[in-house]
Amino acid sequence: MVETEYKNNVLTAYLSGEIDHDSAAKIRTSVDAAAQTLNPRLLCLDFKGVSFMDSSGVGLVMGRYRQMKLLGGGLQVKNYSDGIYRIFAMSGLESLGVLR
Amino acid sequence: MKTVNEMKLSFPSKSCNEAFARSAVAAFVMNLDPTVSELSDLKTAVSEAVTNCIVHGYRRQSGEIFLTGKIFENGKVSVKIRDKGCGIENVEQAMQPLFTTAADEERAGLGFAVMQSFCDAVRVRSTPGKGTAVTLEKLIGTDE
Repeated sequence: MVETEYKNNVLTAYLSGEIDHDSAAKIRTSVDAAAQTLNPRLLCLDFKGVSFMDSSGVGLVMGRYRQMKLLGGGLQVKNYSDGIYRIFAMSGLESLGVLR
Repeated sequence: MKTVNEMKLSFPSKSCNEAFARSAVAAFVMNLDPTVSELSDLKTAVSEAVTNCIVHGYRRQSGEIFLTGKIFENGKVSVKIRDKGCGIENVEQAMQPLFTTAADEERAGLGFAVMQSFCDAVRVRSTPGKGTAVTLEKLIGTDE
């Protein structure tokens, strides 16, 4: 569901499987715990392994954006599919400048 | 129009049943030979509707969710997702993109917008205090 890697002050969370309201809550708990402990300069959410996402994924990204701002770091979102991008685009997430 | 197949499910409002509901609907429409994108659209819309029942309809209390699926002769699929929860006071407002009553739970307020964008038609009937029924309609097997 989520594996994290910390290198050069960057925390990367490799998300996998299906992201819905149920799994988003679990991902949020483990990513936030890692970010609070490591205090990275950048949190990178990697969607490469994500096979399904509903709008819970948007809440997950927006929540991590706010969380990283509080911790004084930034957020990057990458390797998402076209289907996932379609939901991101509906949310106005693009204006945050986090999509790569 | 003639119904060629139908199904009924009911399950408790546990968030683990979001995955169950969308997978069950995907399996139900499989013999229409849907494209990957048709299947993904329908699964996403079902996931949004079931999540709404859990997060908003029952406000995380336990309740029963009722799902019925119908396949019509022309390949139209209709999925109705119903709860007996708190209902929606103002459906028009609830359907506005980015409107949410659960911002502190990181809900983006996109549920209905996603359903509308990923289905051909979305109908909502709600009675405050009695519950909400959402009907999703989508033509399957017509994508080239």
